Amino acid sequence: MAPTSKLSTGIKRASRSHAYHRRGLWAIKAKNGGAFPKADKAAAAVEPKFYPADDVKPRVPSTRKPKPTKLRSSITPGTVLILLAGRFMGKRVVFLKQLKSGLLLISGPFKINGVPIRRVNQTYVIATSTKVDISGVDVAKFDDKYFAREKKQKVKKTEGELFETEKEASKSLPDFKKDDQKAVDSALIKAIEAVPELKTYLGARFSLRDGDKPHEMVF
Amino acid sequence: MSSPFRRFVQIGRVALINYGPDVGKLCVIIDVVDSNRALIDGPESVTGVKRQAIHFKRLSLTDHVVKVPRNARQTLLTKAVTTADVKTKFANSAWGKKLAAKQARANTSDFDRFKITVLKKRRNHLVAAETRKLVKAANKKK
Repeated sequence: MAPTSKLSTGIKRASRSHAYHRRGLWAIKAKNGGAFPKADKAAAAVEPKFYPADDVKPRVPSTRKPKPTKLRSSITPGTVLILLAGRFMGKRVVFLKQLKSGLLLISGPFKINGVPIRRVNQTYVIATSTKVDISGVDVAKFDDKYFAREKKQKVKKTEGELFETEKEASKSLPDFKKDDQKAVDSALIKAIEAVPELKTYLGARFSLRDGDKPHEMVF
Repeated sequence: MSSPFRRFVQIGRVALINYGPDVGKLCVIIDVVDSNRALIDGPESVTGVKRQAIHFKRLSLTDHVVKVPRNARQTLLTKAVTTADVKTKFANSAWGKKLAAKQARANTSDFDRFKITVLKKRRNHLVAAETRKLVKAANKKK
């Protein structure tokens, strides 16, 4: 099968000049001042003064970016979680949102079970089927930076303070965090109190009894 | 003397499957394949059990019998099972209720379990108060 661009073997349908016009090469040339554009050659690398003694290949820096943590499908904003590890082990808390680091933002609420707004890893958590309506809770201001440890800052002393003995910094929570806790909890508690028994449920600790099989239980 | 057995392997006998992928579903015995297996059918449109041969060990016979001929076709069987209303009859029997209760208990959520304990506590409290009263009254009589 001869291609249509050929009349017969060795004879092209279009002459060289005809093909040149048809391909529009003249337009490219005209645009670039009568010559075809050339790709810029990379500048030759400067020759090293010494050759390395060992031919060890330089390490290629990894371009891999970690994938964002997948939130378990059973966890949605408002889900009641059971904490499995740490100081608050067994506490039932409310899930607020997932942070960029993949950790879960939760609140007890503090007033009900003493669990403050904090971050937990979803591996140390059982998701229950109970949900709290948290549409009225504003959690926009919470991110991972919010929980970062505060750097100690040197305070310049004024003339009057120079001779005062150094006060011991109190370890109590800063006031703005207390206020944030109150703001979140007030909306949260309102939603919780709308459901009968839910408040006492969140105040109670989860535990296993003899004969309980957690792998067969439905949460 | 009459036989102590009330439920027999027979054509039309409704059985509960107690093992395998169809566990917990009802079916009807359509034919007996051999001394070990029966041909059963849900039918699928009613109970979700496809026509299949199944070991007798996997069947628990119920009190209910549907009147169908041997090797009944699906349409005939479906009609017989729906008119006899086997499913609701079984669900209303003591056995069916026990099964349903068992399932409900297995499916209680954590919050439900908590509510149950709260109610149980409340009941125990009332019972204890009542018994205390009765004991007091009995002691006074002495």
